[in-house]
Amino acid sequence: MLVITCPYCQEAREEEEFSYAGEAYIARPAVPEEADDATWGDYVFHRKNPRGWHWEQWQHVAGCRKVFAVKRHTVTYEIAGSWTLADGKALYLKEQA
Amino acid sequence: MSGYRIHRPGERINRQKPVSFQFDNVQYKAFSGDTLASALLANGVRLIGRSFKYGRPRGIVGFGAEEPNALIQLETGAHTVPDLKATQVELYQGLLAGSTTGYPSLDFDLKGLLGKFGRFMPPGFYYKTFMEPVKAWPVYEKYIRKAAGYGHAPVLPDPESYDHLHHHIDVLVVGGGAAGLWAATLAGRAGLKTLLVDEQSEMGGWLLTERRSRIDGLSGMDWVNQRLAELASLPNVSVLPRTTAFALHDLNLVQAVELLQDHLPLTERNAALPRQRLHKIRAHQVILASGAIERPLVFGYNDVPGVMTAAAGHSYLNRYGVAVGREVLVQTQNDAAYEAALDLAQCGVKVMLADARQGGAAAWRQQALKSAGVELLLGHGIAKVLGDKSVSGAQLVKLDGRNNQVVGSGPRLSVDTVLSSGGLTSTVHLFCHNGGRPVWNQQQLSFVCPDEGRDNIACVGAITGRWELSEALGQTHAAVAALLLGHGRGSSGNAPSVASEEVAAPRAIFRLPDGKPEGHGAKAFVDYQNDVAAADIHTAIRENYRSIEHVKRYTALGFGTDQGKLSNINGFAIAAEALGKPIAEVGTTTYRPSYTPVTFGALAGPHVGETFDVRRYTAMHASHDARKAEYEVVGQWLRPWYFPKPGEDLHAAVNRECLATRNSVGVMDASTLGKIDVKGPDAREFLNRIYSNAWSKLDPGKCRYGLMLDENGMVMDDGVTACLADDHFHMTTTTGGAARVYSWLERWHQTEWPELKVRFTTTTDHWATVAVVGPNSRQVLQKLCTDIDFDKDAFKFMDGRSGTVAGLPARVFRISFSGELAYEINVDANYGRYMWEEVMKAGAAFNITPYGTETMHVLRAEKGFIIVGQDTDGSMSPNDLAMSWAVGMKKPFSFLGKRSLLRSHTAGEGRKQLVGLLPLDPKVVLAEGAQILSNTDDTVPAAMQGHVTSSYHSAFLGRSIAMAVLKDGSKREGDTVFVWAHGKSVPAQVVSSVFVDKEGVRQHA
Ligand SMILES: [Zn+2]
Repeated sequence: MLVITCPYCQEAREEEEFSYAGEAYIARPAVPEEADDATWGDYVFHRKNPRGWHWEQWQHVAGCRKVFAVKRHTVTYEIAGSWTLADGKALYLKEQA
Repeated sequence: MSGYRIHRPGERINRQKPVSFQFDNVQYKAFSGDTLASALLANGVRLIGRSFKYGRPRGIVGFGAEEPNALIQLETGAHTVPDLKATQVELYQGLLAGSTTGYPSLDFDLKGLLGKFGRFMPPGFYYKTFMEPVKAWPVYEKYIRKAAGYGHAPVLPDPESYDHLHHHIDVLVVGGGAAGLWAATLAGRAGLKTLLVDEQSEMGGWLLTERRSRIDGLSGMDWVNQRLAELASLPNVSVLPRTTAFALHDLNLVQAVELLQDHLPLTERNAALPRQRLHKIRAHQVILASGAIERPLVFGYNDVPGVMTAAAGHSYLNRYGVAVGREVLVQTQNDAAYEAALDLAQCGVKVMLADARQGGAAAWRQQALKSAGVELLLGHGIAKVLGDKSVSGAQLVKLDGRNNQVVGSGPRLSVDTVLSSGGLTSTVHLFCHNGGRPVWNQQQLSFVCPDEGRDNIACVGAITGRWELSEALGQTHAAVAALLLGHGRGSSGNAPSVASEEVAAPRAIFRLPDGKPEGHGAKAFVDYQNDVAAADIHTAIRENYRSIEHVKRYTALGFGTDQGKLSNINGFAIAAEALGKPIAEVGTTTYRPSYTPVTFGALAGPHVGETFDVRRYTAMHASHDARKAEYEVVGQWLRPWYFPKPGEDLHAAVNRECLATRNSVGVMDASTLGKIDVKGPDAREFLNRIYSNAWSKLDPGKCRYGLMLDENGMVMDDGVTACLADDHFHMTTTTGGAARVYSWLERWHQTEWPELKVRFTTTTDHWATVAVVGPNSRQVLQKLCTDIDFDKDAFKFMDGRSGTVAGLPARVFRISFSGELAYEINVDANYGRYMWEEVMKAGAAFNITPYGTETMHVLRAEKGFIIVGQDTDGSMSPNDLAMSWAVGMKKPFSFLGKRSLLRSHTAGEGRKQLVGLLPLDPKVVLAEGAQILSNTDDTVPAAMQGHVTSSYHSAFLGRSIAMAVLKDGSKREGDTVFVWAHGKSVPAQVVSSVFVDKEGVRQHA
């Protein structure tokens, strides 16, 4: 069981208050009709599934119901931090660069 | 010949409080403070059970969680608990217990006869012997199962309750022995929020048994009491006895079960309080002080009742005032067992001590024993124990000093009890539950926890291999002081002072040799509970099982309720010897939760029945009860299924309800449909993106059916949404999909389109909804409401109005899930029942007929309306459902799923599509889920064309109808297909899925 900090409620809470909401920062093609089948298929189906640090979304379903970003290690379950989607995105993009 | 009471100063039983109890239908007397095991031993009872595989007589071996043999069935009926260890059951007045083994009876055991031929039962015996013929296995199994196994699970519901408690603390200390008490004291003094748990009824650990040590000048128990008094005075410290930390998970989550009332007679338990409590403890720092358990040595017939660990014999004496025998042989390879021998001898027991070491223990210990009249046999080991249901003697041999070889014969001793000590095994379980690895310590001959512990897990005391109290407390003090410093706190006080004593090194011997090749001498048991002998481990390795994990699974070493607490290290050592590898290289098997068995009740806690799976009732539930509805569960809701009249079955009731609705008027509780209030300047744009159809032109006062697709283009939910105002919509979802859709909307809004000004409120519970359905529904509404114009042209199909119905503010929608003229009245849920009854009164003149979900299903199937999740399965696109009319491909924003509809696969041929089926025999109702074939050839593998999704008898049409998904179904109207179920195929014609009123005249009436 994880302990997750909701950046909106600003409290560390038990995992059971939250729902996993998939990988974070998947970019939906801006003009889907212009994406070819392979690109669109990647967006719909393919996920990173890394062994290591992973940016993911959690929703505080039994709390404020906000979706936010969490950086979690998939081997050790260590959580590096949690951010609003907007704040996390800047960090995420910096890491990707 | 066996155990008896003897008074010991400091004993933990209360002689002023005698209690009586029953074991295997015999009454006995003992004292408050006894365990069932100490009480049985005090009464001279030795035979407690029969062994698992060979049916050999077995007695008590240990005195705590390590006990492998003494599994008992406690109490009867609903209160019965199987497979408790007698060593852990606290005695109470009137306790009822019995043996769990022995078939047909404990004294005469069928397997006992089998056991006589034990050498013919190697590992894998049952598999190897009863494999052929395969067909006969069920017959073998019946008898094998009956003869095998231990206790029986209760069959009645548990009358007791359980609860869960969460802790968020600084420090959790596991184990209330000397090390744990000192660790908790230091953490407590530093002001940290500290919790100390221990599985026993009293704190003190080994100090409860061992009485000679002095700590800071105090006797062990005086020091324990001083610690407990100090901990009690600290408001930041809690101490929980009878609480077993049984699992350690990631991020320092420890689960512990507290036995709150198990030690009380059934009649004295407080029904308002839980029997057990599960503690879920989240600690910044875990300190493991779980100590060590003494393991026995492995020697011939070491399982005869009366053979125990030295620690057990010692503990029964000092804690419970029970001498386990009158003539006792202590067999050891270390110094510690001398202590047991000494205490027994000083109580007048005739004691002999055989030491596998040529030199024996430290000189001062040998001297003490000699002074107490104990005969010492150095360099000796037991070759085999004599006796059948009880020890009558032991045959010793002389051991070589270096190799584990026999160099000569030894005396044959006449004793009634054998205590053996093979050294201590650190209780490393929790440390290893989530990936920690123990390390082999060749000096101490145990796998131990490393001194440095792990991140946020400290290991103190005997768990690190420090058997001597002075070393254990010294290391505890240093480790906890370092940890406190890490938390920015100093530690107050010095390490408790304990005189250190000279100790001779133990001998690395696990299996005492008898001079015969393994397998040829007396059976020497490693794992009592699973009847694994030393020879079995050799067999496994001879048969080429190399990994210790495989050896474990082949022989069953270390399985069972004791999880190998006594047997593992001996087993690893014997395997290491057979493999010719050092023990460190053989390693350990994997330690997994739970440390000791935990009741299902504790794990479930309060989450049982309706608090596990919540049952939701609509506001008019009492009305349905009064009309004797039969119910079905939909999502979490309890919905009326049908309303039978006296003598009616489901079919008769549904036929009547359908006809009454189609011919006059019916009424249904539609409150369970999910409802979401969508509001904001961008609400309309949001709907355009989330639904496949267009919402731009829906005026206030109008309703529209919408399809929700996932990004893969597949239908995930549907429902009618009403426009209340330009920026305000009342969305409905399927009953089961409400929560999922609500999250779906929120997530898309927050993650992808946060710029849209819209918000969502779940209002399912806020509204009670009564659907009035049928040609006379308008007249019923008109009787109830005067401020809405129900004229067919003023209030059209798919219109919504606000008004006053039966005196209540209401939203009325003219929508239909039956194809009839129909209205849904939504009122404040608090008035749901009132509204239902008002509708019933207003409809009385038209014989208004309440109906449930079954009639709703038939009516909608007659119209070919889908139910998402029944007629769809996550692989159906709108096109597959012939619902392209609900897809607005021209909408400017690329709505969810749109792009996927153009993917080659989704747009391609050969997809399963929704059709109607009419069985050629109108009396045949097809089986839902039945496969569809193109012809009568059902030779395996038949080419499956699709399957039936909905199938009913339609009273209105006077025949059966069905909906199905069929490969390329949209092009197969008129074909005859064959529906295969229950071994035969039934011909049916492919038709449109709209069976009634294809033109929609009725719903527009
Ligand atoms: Zn929150």
